[in-house]
Parts: sequence; C-alpha cells; structure tokens
Amino acid sequence: MPKGKDTALMSWKEVPFGCYILEPGNSVKFKTGDWRSFRPVLDKEKCIKCGQCYIMCPEPAYEADEEGYYIVDLTYCKGCGICANICPKGAITMVVEEV
Amino acid sequence: MGKRIAKEVSIAIAEAVKQCKVDVIAAYPITPQTHIVEHLSELVASGELDAEYVTVESEHSAMSACLGSVATGARTFTSTSAQGLALMHEILFIAPALRLPVVMVVANRALSAPISIWNDHSDIMAERDIGWIQTFAENGQEAVDLVYHAFRVAEDRRVMFPFIVNIDGFNLSHMIEPIELPDQELVDQYLPPFKPKYKLDPRKPISMGPVGIPEIYIEAKKAQDEAFKNAYKVVVKAWDEFERIFGRRYNPVETYRMEDAEVALLIMGSLAETAMTAVDKMREAGKKVGLVRIRLWRPFPLKDFVKAVKGVKMLAVIDRALSIGATGGPVAVEARSALYQVPGRPRVVNFIAGLGGRDVTVEDFEEMADKAYFYMKKKPKEPYEMIGVKE
Ligand code: SF4
Ligand code: SF4
Repeated sequence: MPKGKDTALMSWKEVPFGCYILEPGNSVKFKTGDWRSFRPVLDKEKCIKCGQCYIMCPEPAYEADEEGYYIVDLTYCKGCGICANICPKGAITMVVEEV
Repeated sequence: MGKRIAKEVSIAIAEAVKQCKVDVIAAYPITPQTHIVEHLSELVASGELDAEYVTVESEHSAMSACLGSVATGARTFTSTSAQGLALMHEILFIAPALRLPVVMVVANRALSAPISIWNDHSDIMAERDIGWIQTFAENGQEAVDLVYHAFRVAEDRRVMFPFIVNIDGFNLSHMIEPIELPDQELVDQYLPPFKPKYKLDPRKPISMGPVGIPEIYIEAKKAQDEAFKNAYKVVVKAWDEFERIFGRRYNPVETYRMEDAEVALLIMGSLAETAMTAVDKMREAGKKVGLVRIRLWRPFPLKDFVKAVKGVKMLAVIDRALSIGATGGPVAVEARSALYQVPGRPRVVNFIAGLGGRDVTVEDFEEMADKAYFYMKKKPKEPYEMIGVKE
C-alpha cells in the first residue's frame, strides 16, 4: 500500500503487485479495536498470571505489565471474548461497551 | 537442431518439461494425463532431472503444493485431466490473482457423468474463467513447443500469470508422432532462469493472499484484468523469439485456405488436422471453405480472430463441449460476442461435436460445412446443434 494512503481511496493502479503485503508485521496498523461491542475486564484477585489469555488472543491486544498481569490494549481488542472463555480462573468478564 | 524421432506425445512433453529445468513437480495421476507425470517421476528417480517430485493425495493438493512452490521462486509444473482439473477448481482462481506462474498441461477429457476417460473439452471449458493463459495444441510437435513457450511467457516479469497448455486426451497424449526435441543449449537460450521480483523468503518476509475488503477487491480485480490483457503482447513476442531460435512459427490464430472463403470452420485443438483434410476435399469440389483455428484461447485474441474471419459469410463454430442451457458452446458464444460489434460480420452457426471421445471424421466436417451453406439461405431453428447423435 502506498504510504499514508487510505486503502479505501486507493486507485487500481496503486494496488500492490498480486495484492501482496510487502511490509512485514503491518497488521499492527490495523486497529481492530473499533469492532468491539464487549470489553474484557480483568479481576486481578482471581488471575494466576498463566498467560493463556495472551496466547489465545487473535489480536496483538495483550501485554504483560511489570507485575506479570496481562493487560488489554483496547486499540486492538475486538471484543471476541476468547480470552474470557479460555481463562481457567474466570478472571475475565466481558462487559458491554457503552454506546 | 535436435533429431526428429518418433515419440509418444506425453513422453515428449515430459522430456520438454525436463529441458525447462523445473524445480518442483506436484502431481496426481489421472487418465489420460498419467504418462506425462509418470515419465517425469522416472526422470527424477533416475537422477536425470534434478527436481523435487511431490506425490500428493489429490489434485486439490497438487495445485496447492504448486502454488506454494512457485511462490518461493521455484519453477513448477503439473498436469491433469477432467475430474482432476475439476478438483483443482478452487485453487485455480488463486494462482493468477496471486500472480503465481505455474505451468500445467491439461490432457483434455470429458467430465463425468457418464464416466468417460475420452477426449473432449468439457473439463477445460468449465475452467474458462479462471484467469490462466491458455493455449490449445494441434499436434505433438506443437504440444511440446507450447510447453517451452508457456514457461517463457508465464514467468516473464511483465506477465507472471499461470499457464495451461491444452492437449487433446488420447488423440494427442497417446499418439506416437515424429517430434523434434531441441538441443538443451537452445532451450536455455530461450528460457532464462526464473527470477520473480517477489517471493516467499524468510530473509525478506512478505504476505501473499491477504483479505480484500469491499473497498479494495474490485480494484485488485481490475489490476489483475489489465495485467492479463497486457500479457497478450508477451505471448506473441515469445512466439517471435521462438521462431528466431527454433525456426517454427506460431500465431494466436491460424488460418488454412481462407483466401476467398465464404464458409469457415472454426475449431480448437487436434481435430483441426481432420478438418484440414475436409477443407482440401471440399476445395477440390469447388466449395469455398476454409479453416480457422484458435491457438491462444486466453487472453482471447480478439483482433487476430476478427481479422481471420474477415469476408466470410458463414462461420461454423465446432465446439467440443456442451454448455447446457446456454445459447451455444463456449467457443461459439465467444465468437458471437467477439463479432457482434463488427460491421459486415459473418453469421455464426454452432455445432457440438466429438463429445466423450466420439470420432469426428472428415465426412462430419463436410456435413457441417454443407449445413453452413444450407443455413445461408434458411436460418437454423436452434442456436446450436449436436453432430453425429443417433436418432
Ligand atoms: S488466562 Fe486468566 S488467569 Fe491466565 S493470565 Fe489471563 S486472566 Fe490471568
Ligand atoms: S476479547 Fe478477544 S481480542 Fe479482546 S483481548 Fe480478549 S481475546 Fe483479545
């Protein structure tokens, strides 16, 4: 994709060869956070820092803080609920987003 | 130049693929294509061909493996027929969209049911719109020559599209014909090593095949379509170069005795040889009949085609596939559409012949030409008719 150009405005002449993505790891530019209708909320009391939420999350949304808790980055969290579902301690609750 | 020797066409094709120095073959055997990949596996096993031979569990896997292979920059070949081609269907569309230049020989065979291992074009016509470059061979020498040409065109950086060389199953694949395989030096001169601009390489990672959201999908398809149309020039240039190196000339559309022809037969593939005999006979009898053969099916050579049939009153299109419920066979539909905007265009009549391996004889071609003469005066009731059906 030409730098700085919104995909939605791209001319067919600017489509990269074979529609390839030539810039590795550019998925971080794709802010999936705005898809979200539910938000994961962590209960640190219950969390055992096993990291399953971090591993199973399909987006680059979780990162560990200094204490070892996995904290969600809402820029990328699309609200799929996988983390809440996988958590062995029930430490994550999906809360509906206010509109 | 190499020696002209009698060879089964399938074996000669495998030898040509070897001369093209392929890196990877992923294939699944199916009649009548089997001899091609069987011979290639022998060549790999005996060490005569230094390539990876991937034995897969289906044609779907064969084509998937081919795409992965060519994406890494490996020259890749496969071959199939009928149900095998149909099983590849899903993957066939992906290759050109991702600009992955696999070369495939399809030994054309009827699709089931009833089960038929014999020749017609129903398998490839069901894949008409996949976006591969496609040629149709008339004889063994041409089949071999089209293989060198296919690699040369497909891998050209201005092209980068997959390529199918169609050969009639049995009628060509199993014939023993005098065939000249050129010296390796000449093949090397004609076919440079495959050097794609982009490839899958862990040292320089890229992604192929991402999602195309509605904001980008149609632009991606437009880009693919324009690039494909532009491939025409390279197809023809590569035939010019072929003539320069090997001395044989190929054109997108061939004509035979078309000077002053009022009726023209239009056909693709090996039956054109029989049709030529019929044309000779009819010419002797004073009938002004000629023959047009389409070699390059995709991208469709519109200008060459229109030029080839110029001045003809009746164009009798002989289709080797039935498009059930349509207004004609696939070639006739194409021809009618191509001619629609042409002032003084010939009338098009359509015959479906030789389905499922039924012989189409010299007499059949004469009958079709006679019918075309008849239809000059009296319009046919139906847009197409089947030839040689027992009542
Ligand atoms: S899966 Fe649950 S327990 Fe494990 S780290 Fe994540 S929130 Fe904590
Ligand atoms: S809800 Fe889905 S996207 Fe959001 S943090 Fe959990 S797993 Fe990741």
